[in-house]
Amino acid sequence: MTSLPHTRTPKKKLGLVIDLDTCVGCHACAVNCKEWNAGGFHAPLPDHDPYGGTPDGVWFNRVHSYELESKDLGCRTVNFPRSCLHCDNPACVTVCPTGASYKRADDGIVLINTDICIGCKLCSWACPYGAREFDEDAGVMKKCTLCIDRIYNEALPEEDRVPACVATCPSHARHFGDFNDPESQVSVLVSERGSMDLMEELGYRPVNKYLPPQRARIEINSFETTESTAEGACSPLLKLLDRLLSR
Amino acid sequence: MRPASSVLLLTTLTGFGYGLLAWMGVFDMLGWLPDTRSFGPVVILTALGFASAGLVASTMHLGRPERAWRAFSQWRSSWLAREGLAAAATNLPALGFAISWWISGPDIPLTVALGLCTGVMALLTIGCTAMIYASLKPIRQWHNAHTLPGYLIYGAFSGILLLTLILGFSHGAVRLAAGIGTVLGIIGLIAKRAYWSYIDSQTPMVTLASALGFSSGLVRPLDLPHFTENFILREMGFRIARRHQRKLRRLVILVAFAIPIACASLAALGVMPEILSAFAAMSAGMGLFIERWLFFAEATHVAAVYYGRAA
Repeated sequence: MTSLPHTRTPKKKLGLVIDLDTCVGCHACAVNCKEWNAGGFHAPLPDHDPYGGTPDGVWFNRVHSYELESKDLGCRTVNFPRSCLHCDNPACVTVCPTGASYKRADDGIVLINTDICIGCKLCSWACPYGAREFDEDAGVMKKCTLCIDRIYNEALPEEDRVPACVATCPSHARHFGDFNDPESQVSVLVSERGSMDLMEELGYRPVNKYLPPQRARIEINSFETTESTAEGACSPLLKLLDRLLSR
Repeated sequence: MRPASSVLLLTTLTGFGYGLLAWMGVFDMLGWLPDTRSFGPVVILTALGFASAGLVASTMHLGRPERAWRAFSQWRSSWLAREGLAAAATNLPALGFAISWWISGPDIPLTVALGLCTGVMALLTIGCTAMIYASLKPIRQWHNAHTLPGYLIYGAFSGILLLTLILGFSHGAVRLAAGIGTVLGIIGLIAKRAYWSYIDSQTPMVTLASALGFSSGLVRPLDLPHFTENFILREMGFRIARRHQRKLRRLVILVAFAIPIACASLAALGVMPEILSAFAAMSAGMGLFIERWLFFAEATHVAAVYYGRAA
């Protein structure tokens, strides 16, 4: 059913916490996501011209890099992995005409039943985060499953029962857990660091949270200082040469 | 948003088909239609033909058209499912309308009632189509109070022009219909211009900072996740050149509204109504197709802000 589950207190609310302070933008999460999911729940994932000039395919995780300039933080690079946020108010689910798109009542994971998806793409239009990607080969929509085939997989050792992106992150910027449990690592991180919903104004109430970048704790010399020092070290002769050659 | 021709054909053709059905109901109630046995059934089937052609075109948009029947199930939450159901349900009173006309004539209460029922269902179907777009929060050019009345006005406009054309060939009340077409054309033109000035003055719903969850600060894209276009950019990051946009808007004003208004008003005055009403309908058909293309091409999606594109 594409109507949202009515259970007032779902047992679990599974999701991710992504620390924008420690993410180094290595794309390992995106690569391991592709690696696992190319053989997982939504397998296969299209991967056209992978080594050519115009590679194109479905990825559930895309890592952007931005330059952030603010009074508190100065100027810094922020790496931003973007994937499905498993929203509490997911319009991608309610717009689905077939019931293929659904939110699980037990743990809040938003999934697609690709056996009945008609490929109308309306859910991708309804998602403000660009989290759903269309599989042109299979003619159906695909998305992050929160690695449903890992987190409940009893064939895996218990420590591996986390999403592939979390398992692989070398800087421990990604955390997985139950937001309904106030003692869980994800709940503690969010209450300690604080977080804002992405595009809060649209009211999708995303479950995944991003921890904001923090002020650097070590002293960093700004570029301007370094440059002026270098210029100051130049001898008058070099300065004269520079001026003559610059004409 | 990428203008997919299947969806453009769907909304333009169903506008003509369901618009024609709606006016058939109204004109029959007022007794303005020719009293011949074949007129009603032929026109009703023509209208259903237009609507069905649009619906068939829309299945070309699907990745799995053979599963299209599944799209009826989630009417409780999905406007797309409601559109499918309303379109299918309109066939019942429409066929009843045609059969009752054929057997007992256009004037008996049953035919009139079925005609009105057909008209209401046809308008509901156009309304559901509009709501598919109007309900999408991430697209500011669609998620506003202009979308629903716009679709209803353009549907009624195209329907009355099609009816004028048919009445011209069957010696009916063509001047009356052309007069209504003129008025609706003017209303349509005003609505379209109001829509354009509204979307031009809108402020984007989100900023790159709010998309990243930052309450303050200046954010600029530094590196993209990939250097070739992906599904998100192709589908949601469609961009239209500003000079093309201006030209196309002028073309819409001319072809979708000005020419049909001029032709219909002359036809209403009795100047070559058969020929001019045909011109009006054909011009509106082409113009509204361009109008629908622009409706998509000018629409921006908030997901594009992650890539530094306008939303």
